[in-house]
Parts: sequence; C-alpha cells; structure tokens
Amino acid sequence: MSDSKPVLTTRYRQPLGDKLWRRFVIGVPYFWLLLFFLAPFAIVFKISFATPIVAQPPFTQLFDFGTDTTHWLLATWDNYRFLTEDNLYWVSYFKSIKIAAISTFICLLVGYPMAYGIARAAPTTRNILLMLVILPFWTSFLLRVYAWMGLLGKNGIVNSLLINIGLIDSPLQMLYTDMAVYLGIVYTYIPFMILPLYATLEKMDTSLHDAAADLGAKPWQTFIDVTLPLSMPGIIAGSLLVFIPAIGEYVIPALLGGLDSLMIGRTLYDEFFVNRDWPLASAVATILLIIVVIPIMLFQRSQQEPE
Amino acid sequence: MNREDSIKAQQQTKPYVAATPWLDPKAKPFIQIKGLSKQFNDFLAVDNVTLDIYKGELFTILGGSGCGKSTLLRMLAGFETPSEGQIIIDGVDMASIPAYDRPINMMFQSYAVFPHMTVEQNIGYGLKKDKLGKAEIATRVKDMLELVQLSELAKRKPHHLSGGQRQRVALARALIKQPKVLLLDEPLAALDKKLREQTQFELMNLQYELGITFVVVTHDQEEAMTLSDRVAVMDAGKFVQTGTPTQVYESPNNCFVADFFGTINLFNATVISTDTTTKTLRAELETTGTQLTASSEAEFAIGTEVIIGVRPEKIIVSQQRPEGDHLTITKGAVEDLAYYGNRSLYKVRSQSGRIIQVSAQNYQRSEALALEWDDKVYLSWDSSCNVVLSE
Repeated sequence: MSDSKPVLTTRYRQPLGDKLWRRFVIGVPYFWLLLFFLAPFAIVFKISFATPIVAQPPFTQLFDFGTDTTHWLLATWDNYRFLTEDNLYWVSYFKSIKIAAISTFICLLVGYPMAYGIARAAPTTRNILLMLVILPFWTSFLLRVYAWMGLLGKNGIVNSLLINIGLIDSPLQMLYTDMAVYLGIVYTYIPFMILPLYATLEKMDTSLHDAAADLGAKPWQTFIDVTLPLSMPGIIAGSLLVFIPAIGEYVIPALLGGLDSLMIGRTLYDEFFVNRDWPLASAVATILLIIVVIPIMLFQRSQQEPE
Repeated sequence: MNREDSIKAQQQTKPYVAATPWLDPKAKPFIQIKGLSKQFNDFLAVDNVTLDIYKGELFTILGGSGCGKSTLLRMLAGFETPSEGQIIIDGVDMASIPAYDRPINMMFQSYAVFPHMTVEQNIGYGLKKDKLGKAEIATRVKDMLELVQLSELAKRKPHHLSGGQRQRVALARALIKQPKVLLLDEPLAALDKKLREQTQFELMNLQYELGITFVVVTHDQEEAMTLSDRVAVMDAGKFVQTGTPTQVYESPNNCFVADFFGTINLFNATVISTDTTTKTLRAELETTGTQLTASSEAEFAIGTEVIIGVRPEKIIVSQQRPEGDHLTITKGAVEDLAYYGNRSLYKVRSQSGRIIQVSAQNYQRSEALALEWDDKVYLSWDSSCNVVLSE
C-alpha cells in the first residue's frame, strides 16, 4: 500500500468488504446444501452400484486397492438391471406418477378458483383468507393425517354421520383406499398450489381484463385468452411444488392407503428397512430423483426463455 | 396500400356534420347521459351528470384526481354499473348491454396491451372475438398497422416496444373494430413532452379522418385545450362548466374553473353600476377603491360582492403610464421574475399590497426593456379582459 494515495485505498476497501460479506451470506446456505444434500446423495449414488452383503455396512465397497490392480473398481449395474426386470418397481413408479399427477391436477382445479377469489377480495379479507390457507401448517403434518384416519375409518366420523342420517346401512370402506390417498395428498399440498397462484393472480393488471371485455371477449373468453396464459408461471410453480413432494410421498399412502396403493416411497422404505437391500434401495432413490429433476429442469428452461 | 388508402379503407361513409352541432337545436345527440350517478359505499363518485355529445365530436372531460371522470368513462365503457341514470348511445339504451357487446372501444391509461401477444395479435384480438374470417382479420390488421405506422413491428411482443409504440398499439387495437365511440383515458399522460405534442396532432388528425366520436378523460388542462372540440370541467362528481376551450378559458363560470384552467388574478369587488345592453358592469375594488369595468353574462344587483378575474397574459407591463379609456391601469413594483426564454413571468406587488401575476411575451431581443427586481411599473389591460366570476 503506497502512502501517496491513502484516499484511494480507503475508498476501495469498503466495496471489497461488501463483496466478501455477500459471498459469505450466499456461501453459508450453499455450503449447508452441499454438506447435507449433495454429499449424502453422492453416497446414495455410490451405494447404488454396490452389491448387497450380510455385513456392517450391508454392501460391498466400490473400490478395492488390494492385490489385483486390474479390477480395483467393483461397480455393478445389477441393481439398475434388476429394477427393469422386476415388474414391482415399474408398477410403483407408475402408480406414484399417476397419483402425484392426478393429485396435482385436483389441487389445480380446486386451488385456482380459491387463489383467484383471494386475489380479488378486499385487502382486509384477503389477509384473513391467506391466513386460513396457511393455518394448517401450525399443526403437525402427521397429526393431520391421523385426523383423516379418524374421519374416514370404519367407525369414523363420516361413516357414523352417514349411518345416523340413514343414507347408508353399513359403513363404507373409505380408509385404506386410493381415494383416501388422493384426499390426503390434495388436503396436505393444496396450500403449495394456492400460494404461488395467488402471487401471480394478485399482481395481474386488472385493466387487461377490462381491455379484453372492451374488445368483445365474454368473461370466460377473457379467462381463457388473458388470465390463464398470464398466470402460467404460477400454475407451473404450484404444480411442481405439489407434484414433486407428492411423487415421493411415504406417510400418506402408508397411513391412508390400502395394501395395493404401493407408491415408490413405500417400496423404497421396504427395500431399505425390511429387505435391507441398501444398493437396490439406492438405485430406486436415484431413479426417483431423476424423475423429479426432469420437470424442474423443464420449468427452469421455460423461465429462462425470453417471453 | 399506402397510408392515405388505408385511411380511406377505415373511413366509413362520413355524413356531413356541422362544425358546432351543440349550438344547433335540431341536431340529435349521439351520446346522451341523463342524470347519471355512481355511489361507492358512502362515496358519491359521479353526482347526477347530464351531458349530450354529438357525432364526430372530440369531447374532453377534464378534472383533478378523484373528481369522478374515470368512473364516468368506465360507466360509458360498461365496466361500472350506474347507481342511477341512463346512457344512450346512437339511440340505444346501454343499461342491459355488457361491456363486451357495446359499440365502444377504449384506450386505457396504462394501455393494457396484452403482454403475451404480439403487436399483430393484440390488434387483431377484437376482430377474432367478432368471429371474423382469418383472411379478413389479416388484411384489416395489416391496414391498421400501416395507419399507425407499426408494420415493421408486427411480430414483436409489447415489452420490446417503446411507450409511444405501445400507445399506438393500444390505439390501433381500439380503432380496428370501428367503434361508434372511442374512449381515451389520459391518452398522452405516459409520453414525454416532445412525443406528446406529436401524438396529440396525430390523434386529432386521425379523429378527423375517421369521423369517430372521441371521449377523452384527462387531468392535463393543456391537453384538454389543444385536443378538444368541447371540454367539460368536472369537480366532485359534477360538471362545473361545459363549452369550447375558448369559452372555458376566456369566460370561466367560476373561480374553480378559472384557476384549474390556467392561472388567473382574482380581485374582490363590489358592483356599483350595471349595463345590460353591453353586458358589462362597473365595480369598485375592495382594497384600493379603484373602479373598473368588467364583462358579465349574469346580472348582478348593485352592491353585490363579486370576484373579478384577469389572466396574466392579458396584462401589459410598461414603465411609462399607458393612455386609453378602455384600459384598466394600476401601479406596482416587480417583486419576482422568471425568464422562460419565449416569455417572462413577473410577480408585481400592487399599491394595495397584493401580488399580480403577469405573463409577458418577450417580443424583442433587446435587453433595454428588461425589468429588474423592485422596478416601478405600470400594469394595464383592456377592460374587456376583466371577467366576473362566482365563488
């Protein structure tokens, strides 16, 4: 540092500090993600190429730097090959995608009018309505799923009510069905659909609706031509926020679903804890991640495209 | 097709319209607004407004924010339902006709150009909703693009356009349906000064060429004055004065109009004599006792307290006392001055101690006449420039 230009050096010191601080603030959460998401996934990915053995840990090591230097890498495609051979996994994946997709669609159908209504409500009412949407998060997720069991069970509230008013004679089988799974997923994830939809609908310029009406569009045409295309970012964001957790959902199908509603989350659990086949479970998890990452990448690409 | 041809294509067979239909008792109004009111909860936005607008007119509603002008426009378009009253356009009562079926189009203040459609799609949208054939839509959009000089930008999305270009898209989109009435909400407000002047003339020419009735809402008195055939000044939900820009500027009804429409010097005075044949009266200023003549449409009894107004640009500043019977003359000292290049604004403190504003055209290059602070000056103006105003 030269003594002749003290002003210059002090002036430039400040932005440097800013820059370091910014890097630090961004760096900490990224480091967190790296440590607790990317690193564990790398381990899972590694295990998916191993062979199961009865040992501790229950899989072979990937590298063997023993005497035979030609075969030091002991990776195997067997687990992935097994996934393609056994029907069970394809059925589980397909069922998961189906349940997640249908649930997402129902969330969209129910959530869109709700989000629209909230966005168009008077500001004071709007806050109350938003609060009501977020309110269930104050109760434990598990507790709320158990509450559904109480509602839908053979001697549950819904069945008792229907029998009491004489609509049915014997209790309906509602719990342990696909319907209960859909109900649980839609109920749990609908706030994630409503909130992004609300955010896009709320900031939409209402004069665009007036303009469409002015040019001869009937209310439903205004919706199709203007409201729907302009709320597309909200629809995509909401759908991803519902679809992604729903596809790997374990608790809801385990508690509310029947034996046949074998979603991939449950298959994964069984492979891991019941069969103790860690390599195969890891392969199942890796494929699941790929299925989930593809829609996110498509979404990001659609966001980057110039409008 | 060149620009002239496309204008012809847009032109409907234009019937002869008198230059001043509102003075012709036989002329049939095109838009009739009868006793129109709009109540929002406990706020009366539009208060029993009655107005006739004639075919081919460029009518401006001028008022400050919250005066009810936008609500009135939105009721015409059909976005708001009137609480009371009637809107009749070309003989048809609009009460049961929703916005999408009215023979009216609107250019929005924010332009409300659809951001997800190209310029072409925006302009063609109205025709598409009218279920016109693809080929016809294409030719009419092409003509319209030529008319507003946007042909090169047909495939662009709105956010690649400048404010002026977006404004032209909004205008073209509204005009393409050949509406009976075009509503314009603050059409020039979002443009910069140079562009505003240019667009203003384009709008006037377009209106003249197409013969469509324009109803403009604005808060800008200059815009209102230069654009309109007639102006209605609105305040607190009511029309305060309706007339040609000249009428409203030179013979304002009351102090609000006089002050809203430009600047004016106001003097409190008492009537001392009246002359019904020349429609003038003589009044004595309360502060100095100076007597002056003023023109007045209304009649006042002797002894009535009135307000007399004179516009700053009617006043001549001189260092010698001017001569003439028809002049109102007073003396004062320059207290403040501002040089604008083309004109200068003087604030002169008169003998009575009040400030009189004078706007003087700088018609000479010489600095010999330039006034300085505290210079003693005479202010004089033709007595016909004095107008009597009500509160």
